[in-house]
Amino acid sequence: MRVLVCVKRVPAPGARINITADGQEIDSAHLAFTISPHEECAVEAAAQLVEQHGGEATVLTLGPAEAEEQLRYAVSVGMTGAVLLPTDDGEWDPQRTAHAISSAIKELESSGGEFDLILFGNESADSGGFQVGVRVAYALGRPMVNGGKALSIVDRVAHVERESDSGRETYELPLPCVIGVKEGINLPRYPTMKGRLASKKADVNSIVPVGQPGGLWKIVLQRPAETKSETIILGTGPDAAAAVVDVLEAIGVL
Amino acid sequence: MLRPRSSTCSKQSVCYDPATKPNPGGVAVILVVVEHDRGALSPASLEALTAARSLGDIEALTIGESADHLADQLGAYGALTVHQAHNEMLGDYGPEAWGEVVAQTVRALSPAIVLACGTDRGNEVIAQAAARLDLPFAANCVSFRPDAGFEVTRLRWGGSLLENASLAAEIKLVTIAHHAVDAEPATVQGSATPAPFAGSLDSSLARSIVSGRVERQAGVTLSTAPVVVGGGRGVGSPEGFGPLQELAAELGGVVWCSRAVTNSGWRNHTDQVGQTGTRIAPDVYFACGISGAIQHWVGAMASKNIIAINTDREANMVTKAGYAVIGDLHQVVPAITAEIRRRRT
Ligand SMILES: Cc1cc2nc3c(=O)[nH]c(=O)nc-3n(C[C@H](O)[C@H](O)[C@H](O)COP(=O)(O)OP(=O)(O)OC[C@H]3O[C@@H](n4cnc5c(N)ncnc54)[C@H](O)[C@@H]3O)c2cc1C
Ligand SMILES: Nc1ncnc2c1ncn2[C@@H]1O[C@H](COP(=O)(O)O)[C@@H](O)[C@H]1O
Repeated sequence: MRVLVCVKRVPAPGARINITADGQEIDSAHLAFTISPHEECAVEAAAQLVEQHGGEATVLTLGPAEAEEQLRYAVSVGMTGAVLLPTDDGEWDPQRTAHAISSAIKELESSGGEFDLILFGNESADSGGFQVGVRVAYALGRPMVNGGKALSIVDRVAHVERESDSGRETYELPLPCVIGVKEGINLPRYPTMKGRLASKKADVNSIVPVGQPGGLWKIVLQRPAETKSETIILGTGPDAAAAVVDVLEAIGVL
Repeated sequence: MLRPRSSTCSKQSVCYDPATKPNPGGVAVILVVVEHDRGALSPASLEALTAARSLGDIEALTIGESADHLADQLGAYGALTVHQAHNEMLGDYGPEAWGEVVAQTVRALSPAIVLACGTDRGNEVIAQAAARLDLPFAANCVSFRPDAGFEVTRLRWGGSLLENASLAAEIKLVTIAHHAVDAEPATVQGSATPAPFAGSLDSSLARSIVSGRVERQAGVTLSTAPVVVGGGRGVGSPEGFGPLQELAAELGGVVWCSRAVTNSGWRNHTDQVGQTGTRIAPDVYFACGISGAIQHWVGAMASKNIIAINTDREANMVTKAGYAVIGDLHQVVPAITAEIRRRRT
């Protein structure tokens, strides 16, 4: 089985997001980078499928040269190949990103054979466009569902479950297909020593991304208004219990 | 209003009569895509209709015969026309089939704006339509400025950050973030004219239609409980949640947690609050041993009251909460439970 997983390098802000002076990016000078939790789970799902069914799992990202860090991390947790679509002009819009990714997939498939399954995150952590995977699937003419919270492959059919208001819905997509997954579909593993070594040695295949800018133009980022009121410190240690229960009585939940 | 075109329609086309394109040069037509589950209206759709009223004349689209009965209700929320797509493939939800119906309707109507609510399905269907139409799509908007070259403000990072963006396209595809507006009926009660049309969809689109359902398993945490006791890494272990469970039970509440907890395998991801978990809005949220990273905060900030319990006075959760106790949660939580029991007896 051949699986491809698309991930995006994003900063990992903690208590607060700071924005660069030009308002175009998150100020990441003091931040670590990661891949979105949904996509981490997509990587784990790919690793598990290849363990079960055999084959190979490739991770792909479009982003700055530094995104190699995220590719190597994915290799350390089970991916067998890595592809970088290097950009050096900031974040690409969703249409342009999708075009570059689908073109790269066609190129990879023409030499290495079709991917049975292409996995995406439900949405990217930073821009949350909810569309790159859908656009790629359409460009490739493959069925796609987003929001997968369970996934198994039986007889070349992908069985996908996703949450709904009343429970879970199931979908059965014939391979080759595209699935967007959500965090919770599995618990991603940590890299092993062997995995770390493999990731250092792995070749990163570079493909020049192609795509014209699309129609969603970022103007400026801003922080939402904070409605800050002073924190009332009810006390220290267990002695504060009485004050806490006073508050609960005042709120009326007791 | 649209009429189904008779014999000439090809496969793949929803068969509109292009001569009936409404309002040439008149008020902007806003096509609102209505979300429903086999005929049960999603309340989120009413938010989309409410938001659309300030933008122009609303024409709603319902997909599948099971939704025909919604026309009156959609009229009460401002829809002037309800286009009703009928096809045997539209008996249940399928992202590709629904996206194709939206794309074909857009081609026939050329609305100024296509709008749905930014739920899982809403975003998925508009993304499918956007792919088919090769148009840009802005998900989870909180405001629209049609006069200024169509600028929108949209959510990034699940709402921790806002983006002002412009949508450069003849037809604007957008979703409005869920809960960004409160649904309200139109002041002038109109009735929507139903405009049923027979669609023909390529059979290949059936491959992503819902194939079955599993009812909700017992023991799933309710996102509507009035009291939530949340635990973070500071709880220290799966067993450490016992006292939190006791406090929650005493108040008729439930236990939720942070991603540090689910990542450690201490609790199930179904209990995770935050950007990649669930958003909650209880009357009281106890945040025990949770630092208050923005991705957690964004899921908890709608709580009416937050009581942080943390050893660190400078923790973000402490500085943002309305109330805080500084101390070890392993001592503070049982003391609160004991005090509640004492007052009750
Ligand atoms: C894209 C993205 C999405 C994310 N989505 C989510 C999400 O949906 N939900 C989420 O929760 N996180 C999410 N995160 C992770 C988030 O950034 C934080 O890492 C996480 O919330 C930290 O969890 P925590 O507060 O439990 O742990 P920590 O940050 O380690 O905080 C532990 C806290 O416990 C306190 N403490 C320790 N011992 C005690 C004690 N005995 N008594 C009282 N207090 C004590 C400490 O002072 C500290 O404040 C996301 C991250 C990224 C990058
Ligand atoms: N720059 C990128 N490189 C690789 N994959 C991406 C990129 N941007 C988005 N994706 C994938 O597309 C999914 C949806 O992204 P979005 O449409 O931005 O919400 C993400 O979860 C990723 O799996």
